[in-house]
Order: sequence, then C-alpha cells, then structure tokens
Amino acid sequence: MRMEAKILLILGAFFGIMFAVYWRWSIEDAGGVMMFAGMLLCFLPGSYYYWWSRRMKARPEDDPNATQTQGAGVIGSFPGTSIFPFTLGMGAFFVVMALVFGIWFLVPGLALAGWALLGATSEGRRGGHV
Amino acid sequence: MYNLWRGFSVGAVVIGGFVTVLFVYAIIRFRRRSDHIPRQAQYHLPAEVLYTVIPILVVFGLFAATLVVENKEVANPKANVTVDVNAFQWGWKFTYPHTETVVIGQTTQDPTMVIPVNTMVHINLTSTDVIHGFYVKAFNFSRYALPGVLNQFTLEAVKTGNFYGQCTQLCGLYHSLMFFNVKVVSKSQYTAWLASTSNPAAFAAAKKTTSQQTSTVVPTKPSTGGGDN
Amino acid sequence: MTDLITPPLHVADDGHDEHHDEHHGPTGILKWMTSTDHKVIGLSYTVTSVVMLVIGGLFAEIIRAQLASPNGTIVSLAQYNELFTMHGSVMIYLFAGPFAFGGIANIIVPIQIGAPDMAFPRLNALSYWLYLMGSITMLMGFFTAGGAANFGWVAYAPLSNSINTPGAGADLWIGGLLLTGFSAIFTGVNLTATIFYLRAPGMTMFRMPIFTWNMLVTAILILLAFPVLTAGLIMLYCDRHFGTHIFSVAGGGVPVLWQHIFWFWGHPEVYILALPFFGMATEIIAVFAKKPVFGYKSMVFATLTIGALSLGVWAHHMFTTGVVLLPFFSIMSLLIAVPTGIKIFNWIGTMWRGELWFTTAMLMALGFLITFLIGGLTGVYLASPPLDFFTHDTYFVVAHFHSIVMALVLAGMGALYYWGPKFTGYLLNERFGKIQFWLLFIGTQVFTFPQYILGLDGMPRRIAVYPHSPQWKTLNDWSTLGAVLVGVSMIVFVVNVGYSWKKYPAGDNPWDGQTLEWFTTSPPPHHNFYRLPQIRSERPTWDYNHPEHRSLAHGIDPVHHHELAHAGAVVAPEPESDDGA
Repeated sequence: MRMEAKILLILGAFFGIMFAVYWRWSIEDAGGVMMFAGMLLCFLPGSYYYWWSRRMKARPEDDPNATQTQGAGVIGSFPGTSIFPFTLGMGAFFVVMALVFGIWFLVPGLALAGWALLGATSEGRRGGHV
Repeated sequence: MYNLWRGFSVGAVVIGGFVTVLFVYAIIRFRRRSDHIPRQAQYHLPAEVLYTVIPILVVFGLFAATLVVENKEVANPKANVTVDVNAFQWGWKFTYPHTETVVIGQTTQDPTMVIPVNTMVHINLTSTDVIHGFYVKAFNFSRYALPGVLNQFTLEAVKTGNFYGQCTQLCGLYHSLMFFNVKVVSKSQYTAWLASTSNPAAFAAAKKTTSQQTSTVVPTKPSTGGGDN
Repeated sequence: MTDLITPPLHVADDGHDEHHDEHHGPTGILKWMTSTDHKVIGLSYTVTSVVMLVIGGLFAEIIRAQLASPNGTIVSLAQYNELFTMHGSVMIYLFAGPFAFGGIANIIVPIQIGAPDMAFPRLNALSYWLYLMGSITMLMGFFTAGGAANFGWVAYAPLSNSINTPGAGADLWIGGLLLTGFSAIFTGVNLTATIFYLRAPGMTMFRMPIFTWNMLVTAILILLAFPVLTAGLIMLYCDRHFGTHIFSVAGGGVPVLWQHIFWFWGHPEVYILALPFFGMATEIIAVFAKKPVFGYKSMVFATLTIGALSLGVWAHHMFTTGVVLLPFFSIMSLLIAVPTGIKIFNWIGTMWRGELWFTTAMLMALGFLITFLIGGLTGVYLASPPLDFFTHDTYFVVAHFHSIVMALVLAGMGALYYWGPKFTGYLLNERFGKIQFWLLFIGTQVFTFPQYILGLDGMPRRIAVYPHSPQWKTLNDWSTLGAVLVGVSMIVFVVNVGYSWKKYPAGDNPWDGQTLEWFTTSPPPHHNFYRLPQIRSERPTWDYNHPEHRSLAHGIDPVHHHELAHAGAVVAPEPESDDGA
C-alpha cells in the first residue's frame, strides 16, 4: 500500500507548496482556498493508506514475486445485476427536473431515489441477485 | 512585443521541427520489414535527462522574456489624456473626463474613440452589465470590461490612422456586432476635436450612470500599462 | 513454454457457480438496464458518447456553414449563440470525458490489472444512468421556449444570471451538469478504488500499464476538480433562483469569482480529458512498434507532474481580466509543457528501432502525436500573458484547443480500432479505417490551420457574422471544408461499423498485444479471466508469448535487483497445487 500512499502524500505536499506560494503572493482568496482543500483531500486518503501500510503485510499485488495461487480465494463482493442504479439514476433525474420545472417533480424523484437507496442497501446485506 | 512573439516562434519552430524530423525519420526508417522482433530497449538515460533538462531551461528562458515585456506593460507612466471606456450591451461609451466629451455607440453607428498620437493615454475600463472584451487588433491588446471593477491601462499610439476594435467576450445577443473605432490623430487635431464635441449636458448624464455603477467598485488592482506599437 | 497453473478466480457473487455458463435472470432490455458488468456499462458509455460526438459534430457543421459567409443567414444570432454553447458543452461534458473515463477506461482498466470487475459495480452502473439522464437533460433545452443554453460552454457570470439568461434552457444546462458531474465523481471513486485494491498478484504499481496509470491520475484529478464545478453550479443556480448575490455586483458579489471557480475545475478538466487519450496512444504505439513503452518510469512521473501542475494554472484562462496574478500562472503554465514534451519524446523513443506496423489504430495514434504537437506548441504561446492579451478570445485560441481535442479524437478512434476487437470480439475493416484516418487527419489540419491565421488577424470567437471583415471569408471557407472532411470521416466510421458487423472474428490477441487484457478471450468472459499468467513485468502477456524477448532490465521491479541477472531467462513453471487452493 506504500506506493499508493506515497503518490497521494506527495501530491498533497505539492499542492501545499503551491498553496503557500499563491496565498503569499496573490490578493485573491478563492484559488488559495481551493488549493488548500485539494491538499487536504490528498492528505486524507494518503495518510490513511500510509498508516495502514505500516500495519499490514504485503498484499499479493504489492509483491513483485507473487504467484497467482496467492490470489486464490474470495476477492470481493461484486453484485451481479441490480435494478437500483437505474432507479436511483431516474430519481436523480426527476430531482433535477424539480430544480428546473417545478417542485412537484420531487415527488417521483425522491420516491424513486428513496426506494433505490433502501433497496440497494438491503440488497447489499441480503446478497442480491446474480 | 514582436520580439517576444518572434522569440516564442523560433523556439516553437526549432523544437517542433526537431520533433517532426525525428518522427518522420522514425516512421520511414523503422517500418516493419519482417516479423523480426526488435531489440526491446526501454530506456536511455542520457537522452531522457537531456529531454527533461533542456525543455526546463527553455521554459525558464521563455518566462524571463515574458516577464520583461509584461513588466513594461504593467508599468503605469503618467498620462495626459484619460478616456473612460464603458462597455454595455451592446455598444461602447467613451467619456473624456477633463473636457466633458461623450461618445456613445448607436445601432447604426459604431463609436469612435479619438486619441492623439505619441501621447500616453490612460484608459479606465468598466462595464455596466455583463463582461465585455475591449480589443483593438492594431494595439495587440485586449482587456475585459468587468462590471464592478475598474480596469486601468495606459497606451501610446505611435501611428495615426483609423483602427477598428471589437468586443471579444461573449455578452449576449448582439455580441457579434459590438464594434468601435479608434482614430489616432495629431495632437492639434485632437485638441480641436475635443473642443468641438464638448457637451456638458450629455457629459453630466453619462457621468451619473457611470458613477452609479462604480459606487460598488471592488478594490482595483494596480493599473496596467497597455499596448505599445 | 511456461506452464500455467491458476485457480479460477473466486468471486463472492452469492451462489453464482464459476462453471455455470448460463445466466439465469433478466434478458433483453431488462438485462441491459440492470447489468453491473463493467464491460456492458463501458460499452453503453462508449456508444452513448459517440452519439454525443455526432450530435456535437452536427452543431459544428452548422456553425461552419454559418461562418462560410461574412453575413451568414443559416441561423439567427440567437440560435448561433445556442449552437456554439451546445457544441462545446456536448463535446466536452458529454463526449470526451465520458468516452475516456466512462467508456474505454471502464472496460479496459479492470482487465489490464487482472481484476474481475470494478470495485463498486452498482456505483458504476449508476454513473452511466446519471450520465445518460444528464445528457438528455442538457439537450432538452432545445425543446424549451427560450431555447438551449446560450452563454458559451463556460457560462460566465453575469451573462449566465437570471436577468441576462432567463429561461429553462440555462437551468437544464446546469441540471444536466450536476448529473454528469456526479457521474464523473463516482467513476473517479470507482477507478481509484479498483486500481488501489483489485490488482492481480504480482501486479505492483510500477507494473501497471501506462493507460491504467493515466487513468489513476485522471481519477484523482476528477476527485479534486469535479466537486468544485458542482459547487459552482449550485452557486449559480442559487443566484438565478434563490436571490443570492454570489456573482452579481449589485448585491456585493464578484462576477470574476465564477471564473476562478469554473476554471479551477476547467483546467484540470482538460487534463482529465487528455490523460486517458495519452494512455491510449501510448499503448497503441508500443504494441505496433513491437517494443516496450520507452521510458516507462519517466512516463509515470510525467503523468503525475501534469496532474499536479494542472491544479495550479487555472487563471491562464483569465489573463485579460486584469485581476489575476500573471507571473504565477504564466510560469506554471509554461512548466506543464515540460512533462508533456517528455511524453512526446517517449513516444518517439518507443517507435525508435521498432518494427512499425501501420494498422488503422497505429495511424490514428501517430496522427494524434503530430496534431497534439501542434496544439501543444501553440499552447505555449498562450501561457505568456503579453502574447495572450491579443490572442485571447480570438480564433487563435479556438484553433489551439481544436488541435488538441481533434488529436484526442484521433487517439480515441485508434482506441476503438485497437480495443474494439477485444471487447466485441470482431475486428473492424482496415481499408475503411485507413480512409477514415486520412479524412480525419487531413480534415483536422485543414480546419485548424486557417483558424490560427484568422485569430492572429483579429477574428474574435463566438461571433456569428463578420460584416466589417469580408477578407476573412476565404480562410473561413477553407476551415469549413476541413470540417466537412472530418464529418465525412465520421460517416466512413459508421459505415465501417456496419460493414464489419460480426464479420472478422478477432481471436484473443490479434495485435500481439503486451498487456494483460490480451491474455484473455475476446470478448472476455464473465469476471474477465479463466486464468492469469505470472506477472513479472509491465508486459505479462508479452513475457508469456515471447519469453526470449523480455524488456531489457527495467521491465522488472527495480526493488529486486537480483532478478536483473535473470533478464531474458525463461521463468520456471509454478509447482502445481492440487488442493485447488
């Protein structure tokens, strides 16, 4: 995990330097704020990965001499088919229609989105379709 | 300015030409002639160092050249003539503060800004509604007219003549037709023109609308020097 | 030949038996609507984005027809404003990005790293539906009374406020972008998680293909930049409808703030668009030169540098506002030319002393290289404020970015010819492909070169007529001709797809490809791999097929220097494990 952590931390540090230079030099605030936020956004997962990488043993994908047998076993959960992405997408669409055409679009929008979120969550717990 | 353009162009042609020559050579010389698998070379440290370091040096050279010209344009020498340029949808208004002259564009006639040759002219540029672009091709310069902001720059025209200008920042329906002219005349002609067009009533009316706008001015940046011909 | 012992990948998809070939469950259109397979989603993205390319292209052809005469009357002034706004919006928001990170990357990245799918398959599907509905939302504007959005694809305030642009078209534009924005953010999350967590054993970070590296940096840029756009859009919507004064002077707001927010997203966005296509070109050039990627490590560092720098250059789009820190943005923008130049030299290095096979895909990638070189060099001019002062908002800028995006289109077409056989199982006809390439390449140069000259001659952008400058007509006509050639090339492409439909089965590895996706079948099976080879370099399939031609030294993880002694040796087979692990 160390490489991933390094990438993010170095990126974050780079943004930090750019932020410092820009903040000192310019009279405009928005850019500095945005760069500072970018730095934080990189440090957040970067430091998590760094912390974690010191506590875990090498995963097969970090081991240059790994064999494919080391990757055997369950890799993860990959839900097969699900109606809920489509439903949530349509719900989001109607919510946006509410922004444009009238608040009453929120009725189908939030209904669909709500059903999708509840359904996807329970699908995740139950195991879902294949 | 032209030297800067030429400098950049020399760099572009040299680098672009070099890369193109390499490219053309490669596609001709290394065409597939057989099923032979070539030597799987993957790196060449000297070349990689060279094509990392040389572009960095070139970039710093270009930046230094840029700074020299930019600082000249940012300098704000004292100007004897001031023109307030006010952009609006969809025309231009030129006000000469010291002499109460106003020129406003109309749908059938583009406004003309008259300035004297070989004189520092200070421009105060703003807009009353949306963002417009003040662009005069002959001056190699453009600057946004921002609502609520007073953009300032200084220019000196070195040749008499009639030069056209146009709005370059999309401002709505008639953006394509937002023209103006800049007429550079001799100093005596300028003085005569000013005297003949001085119009206190119109000037007062114009000043009123402009000051309503600039009463909500955001603190302005230091003024910038403008195009030099 | 090395022996291959790889247990079948086990994936916990809840009772699904690996050897069960038939899929129970939905069929037909319901199957498409509920699929979470990254290959299906990616293909949907690709097809939808190419449709968007055609729509945006149609707008472009109308624009060019209007500009063919100084007082064109093909469309009205109002319609023209809608046309170029929607042309830019469709091409940037709805074609280029989704094609790259939603289409090609979605299909290829998991296979290139040996993963069974993306990390979050349902989120992946959601990304597609948000993109589709967002596209429909934005295009709906044409059917409203006031027409579609007409304030340029950048929607500068105060032109985009409710006083200057009332009407639903603008709100639909904002709403559509909110949807596609979230679509992109979710894809960014998915790509990052997949690349960090789902690589096959032995696939260390520095053995990933360059395309995957580019997609990783793209994904990180998406996560950094898109939320800024979303926030800005919400602010704009509030200004338009909730009476806020964020961008309006009358209420104490600052119009230029919109530009800062927009371009803080906008500049990383163009690298989000460009980096995937760089990756595509890299893969194609290496395979059709029969060589490894030259300077793999410097390619990776160049990509990371481009990504990092891209967040610090946004105000080079604002040099003429007079309120930005010119030297800072100038030096940062000039510096971006350095890693980009490194990439170009690496591409040439990849070709150098190779055996160049000029398939359509390779021609497209080479066309990309030359066109991008031109666009990139003209970009250097624009990084210098004094030079930008008189080229900004003229056709010089238009020509610059069209050189760049047409280069990306060339690379994208190359990717379709290169990887199309992998995910459809069928090759495209090469003769049609070459005709398409020449039309596209020559058409691009013919339509951009006159625009450079027009810009330097003072022709501004976003104008429908040029009554005071009839002398611009000739160059505009040439530009229109070039645009027509490009349009014809698209027709040739569509004809090719129809003509080649299921005609030329591709086989697993028609191009003697080097990376992991060429190891599996075309198209890949459910969960992508029946078996995986041993991964000891960034070219696992090449090492498997040509063990005597492994890349010299640097192909192997540099940490384990003792392995350098074995460069070129055949790797011993793995001991068989009988317990089925």
